[in-house]
Amino acid sequence: MSDLTQSAPRSGLSLGLREAARGALPVAVVVGVLLAVWLAAVAPMNFRLALDQATRGGADVMPATPQEQGETGLIRLMLDNPGVLSAAYRFERPRLPRPQDVLIEMRDNTVGLARGCEWTGWGEGRESWTGLSDGCMRVLTNRRSLIFHAWQTLAPTLVGFAIGTGLGILLAIGIVHNRTMDLGVMPWAIASQTIPILAIAPMVIVVLNAVGVQGLLPKSLISSYLSFFPVVVGMVKGLRSPGAMELDLMRTYSASGLQVFAKLRLPASLPYLFTSLKIGIAAALVGTIVAELPTGARFGLGARLLTGSYYGQTVQIWAALFTAAISAALLVWIIGFVEKRTLSRMGLVR
Amino acid sequence: MNGIMETITARPLVPALAASAVVAGALLDWRLGLLLVLWLLPWGVNTVLAASGKRAAYLAVPVVFGVTLLVLWQVAVRLYGVNQVILPAPTDIWWALLEAPAILWADFVQTVVKGAISGYVIGAALAIGTAIAVDRSQFLQRGLLPVGNFIAALPIVGTAPILVMWFGFGWQSKAAVVVVMVFFPILVNAVAGLKATEAMQRDLMHTYAASYWQGLFKLRLPAALPFIFNGLKVCTTLALIGAIVAEFFGSPIVGMGFRIKTSFGTLELAMVWAEIAVAAVAGSGLYGLVALAERRLTFWHPSQQRKR
Repeated sequence: MSDLTQSAPRSGLSLGLREAARGALPVAVVVGVLLAVWLAAVAPMNFRLALDQATRGGADVMPATPQEQGETGLIRLMLDNPGVLSAAYRFERPRLPRPQDVLIEMRDNTVGLARGCEWTGWGEGRESWTGLSDGCMRVLTNRRSLIFHAWQTLAPTLVGFAIGTGLGILLAIGIVHNRTMDLGVMPWAIASQTIPILAIAPMVIVVLNAVGVQGLLPKSLISSYLSFFPVVVGMVKGLRSPGAMELDLMRTYSASGLQVFAKLRLPASLPYLFTSLKIGIAAALVGTIVAELPTGARFGLGARLLTGSYYGQTVQIWAALFTAAISAALLVWIIGFVEKRTLSRMGLVR
Repeated sequence: MNGIMETITARPLVPALAASAVVAGALLDWRLGLLLVLWLLPWGVNTVLAASGKRAAYLAVPVVFGVTLLVLWQVAVRLYGVNQVILPAPTDIWWALLEAPAILWADFVQTVVKGAISGYVIGAALAIGTAIAVDRSQFLQRGLLPVGNFIAALPIVGTAPILVMWFGFGWQSKAAVVVVMVFFPILVNAVAGLKATEAMQRDLMHTYAASYWQGLFKLRLPAALPFIFNGLKVCTTLALIGAIVAEFFGSPIVGMGFRIKTSFGTLELAMVWAEIAVAAVAGSGLYGLVALAERRLTFWHPSQQRKR
């Protein structure tokens, strides 16, 4: 969609706005339809639970006993007991919460945690290094805060992503310049992507914890592994992208191997690198979240998912899921932004 | 033999460096010296093989490299007496594989066949169906593509606890997770693929007075296949990951995720690694099947022809 808005002619603001609307409207409609389907699904998903509660509460429901209710079809039940419908929407621990419930949960666990926001200044009597009062910092530091948990997940993701990307670029350079590595390592690099290694991420964490590697590093190891191979494959493709013509030109300049690398191959590989980086960072985040799942991690979005699943706190699961989604979108967006700036400065806008 | 001598005489420094590295390693610790020999010797063989430029080298070099890694793994674990819990030797894993084929097979059927493959097929069919359905509407396409792209980048595997809650502990919930995971990557690729025909080709179908369905089946769907297969190939691994991870949230007492979790709890690490080996073979096998189907169905595409 951004392409559409970009290609909008600069003559006349109204035209540009119309173009933007042309791009935004379909997205809004699709998102709206998805939300509507979600909202409509809440009633049938929670209806039996709500009906059960109503029966036990002594309400007048159509098949009076739970046994008969179990034998009756869901649609029949819903038609016969329209009064219970609203209860299905306000259910305490729903199988499917309403979208707004998830939003409220997210608000309560972020900005809703603040207890009085004051500017204490950086000098005497300050309560934290930011100069904001402790009540305000609760938004970031409270154990319930989704921002706190998101950061617990994002920090290892970023460290691992940096390691994986660095190593991946190095290996790609090796593969491009060394024929033995090309023939020997590259097939394994490609084959290793078909192995569902993510599934054992939790075990890797526990093993590393057992041998004394703790804190950020075990989780980063998983995310670095996951971001490593996309970068290798993309970077090899990119470093090889200069054609025979361009390489010949460098030869006529009598450029050294290092010069060919620095002035031709590396710049040419950047578009490929950015594409891989976007895949890599998304994979790295998934890796960290999965790594947090069954390891008894106390903090992090994966831990929130797991505790939510243990205690049947569906709203908590959805809130963690949405926070993860927002984090992923943010990371990909940042890389996309850097990509756009870099490539346009290099004159390589796609 | 001639080739080897040429390679060595061309760069006399490299073998000398390698030899001195081995000596230095051996002086520090004889085990390190041995490992260095085991690493550098096959590497030298590979260098010679790669420089020979023969066709056989394309097969031999990766095989030698893979075997080298396995040997190094085995020797290092034995020499340094690495604890089983941290890393079992390849032979231990092999014995675990041979010891419990019945369990591994039951787990394979439960997780891969019932969970991953059924979910993969349903998800792919739904995605391609949806792509064809929205293909007629420019409006829906422009809305669905960015949303689909967005969702494809999300950590969808996180929906596993919710879906396990909805569909129970059986394989159905695993299939559901897989459906959700593979749907969007395939959908995005299929929508892009259905747009891949050129105006000229569509005009030709028009001059043949082809109906919508004829145009779809004879032109646009075949033209979309390379794109669709791209999505299908990416999703083979996703399907296995989804099925295994979903089992961490609840499963019957069979399945690869269940086995990994419980074997880990009782510290039978060789069993965990045996399951990982099965998962690796299953993942590569699924990918290979889809790649084979791609080669059969899109033989006309340039990317397939160059490989021959």
